[in-house]
Amino acid sequence: MACYVQVILRLMANPLKCDLCEKPATVHLTQIVNNKVHKVDLCEACAQAKGVTDPSGFSLSDLLLKASLNPETTISGAVCESCGFTQSDFKKHGRFGCPMCYDAFKGILEPMLEGMHKGTTHTGKVPQTALARISLYERLTKLELDLTDAIKTERYEDAARTRDEISQVKQASHQPPPR
Amino acid sequence: MTIASLIATPSELTDAASSKTAIVLMTRIRLARNLAGQPFPGWAKPAQRAKVAEICSAAVAAASPLKRSLNVAVDQLGELEKQILVERHLISRELSGSKQGSGVIISKDQTVSVMVNEEDHLRIQVLRAGFQLKKTWSVINELDTSLEAGLDFAFSPSLGYLTACPTNLGTGMRASAMMHLPALVISSQMEKVVRAVNQLGMVVRGLFGEGSDASGSIFQISNQTTLGESEEAILKRLASVLQSIIEHELNAREKLLEADAGKLFDKIGRAYGILQNGHLLNSGEAMNLLSLIRLGIDLGAFPCANRSTIDRLFIEAQPGHLQHAQKGEFDPAQRDLLRASHLRSEFASFVHPDFSLTNNGKN
Repeated sequence: MACYVQVILRLMANPLKCDLCEKPATVHLTQIVNNKVHKVDLCEACAQAKGVTDPSGFSLSDLLLKASLNPETTISGAVCESCGFTQSDFKKHGRFGCPMCYDAFKGILEPMLEGMHKGTTHTGKVPQTALARISLYERLTKLELDLTDAIKTERYEDAARTRDEISQVKQASHQPPPR
Repeated sequence: MTIASLIATPSELTDAASSKTAIVLMTRIRLARNLAGQPFPGWAKPAQRAKVAEICSAAVAAASPLKRSLNVAVDQLGELEKQILVERHLISRELSGSKQGSGVIISKDQTVSVMVNEEDHLRIQVLRAGFQLKKTWSVINELDTSLEAGLDFAFSPSLGYLTACPTNLGTGMRASAMMHLPALVISSQMEKVVRAVNQLGMVVRGLFGEGSDASGSIFQISNQTTLGESEEAILKRLASVLQSIIEHELNAREKLLEADAGKLFDKIGRAYGILQNGHLLNSGEAMNLLSLIRLGIDLGAFPCANRSTIDRLFIEAQPGHLQHAQKGEFDPAQRDLLRASHLRSEFASFVHPDFSLTNNGKN
């Protein structure tokens, strides 16, 4: 498992110069990636330009994350059908376009998660509303498959019953969720 | 509630009554949440951002801890007001620089804040003075559950809460403690501590997050990973790391006193002298001097009741608060004069240190 850590300390009166220009370095970054120590000293402006001071709080993880996207092993051309986000967008931003991107980019995501987190499966809190929506979606998908199958095999009574069931489920789902 | 009255109200961190803990100044937990079927804020078109903002802020403002709260769009806030909210840890710097369609809802007592359209649709945050991981978790968990009844969160049974950045995936939870670790800094052990903490899957940052200054010997320690463990397991792991950092800091204080108490008392005494008499103090120096006074309080050289004054001054010494108090915008050189003048007046009546009362770092 890839192990990475990050440290940023800005200490007072530090005489170091920026690795990229001659200005005094105020941002000192130590990364340990796969047990190798990398040290960088940057001035405020260069740190900003490199995104090191990005206030999102996790830009370093993003940097590491981008570095872990080896272009040779990624499946190029993946696009999220829901929001139009492409794989190169992900490489550029280190963030996804929408929740459906997690399905669209499954292939590149899985190896990345192994190095990034303790595990690759969620074991924490489960929101009941979202869960109900997901099971409803799965149920409708199954019923729609049944319907197509029934029509194809000319089981018209089954098809009619399934169609009624689909409209019942849809109608029930339009009612507001219980509070 | 208006932004002006919020700023005029003491925050959880500046509240005189709440600052009793010696080493952990503040506990904070945030949850990243997104609406299903909506593009994340960074990728959404303006109309989509506006729609999400409308849905979210209505639902959040209706939640019980956020009744009669401040509910404001970021573009309605002035630069100084945003800076003050950042200095109070109520909004992030990313939100303060964000485009149309971003906003924040802050509870009256300033312990709960929810950012809308920051990196994620919702960033729910609860903060508490002192070391209170369990209490903070129970408050934020309840708020999250009540929001979930009205908002359809993006969630996958296998990946958990879906976030814009995969580094927050799963629980979407970042729990952190703000710690005052002067003895570890003075005895040059901080780098070692940071490395050890990192190895345990926790991250160490400066006072105002990534890339920020570590002056004042104040550090934020938080969990690095969010997926593969339950919230309770992450909090338990964090709590044990924090506990061990507290022990290391107390040991370091004891060692400093054993090795050369005179040297340590000299530092504290000089800090007192400069705060009482200095005329130019930049925020880094002011933070470091205040940190030494706070250490003096922990050691028993000043009365414990003064700790809350120092915690308030940590925030009042920040550029946003300083300029707001002086009702104007000033360049850094003018600010250094004003800061020193404010601290001089605060320390004019501050009790003299009495080092005969020190209790070897135990408190």
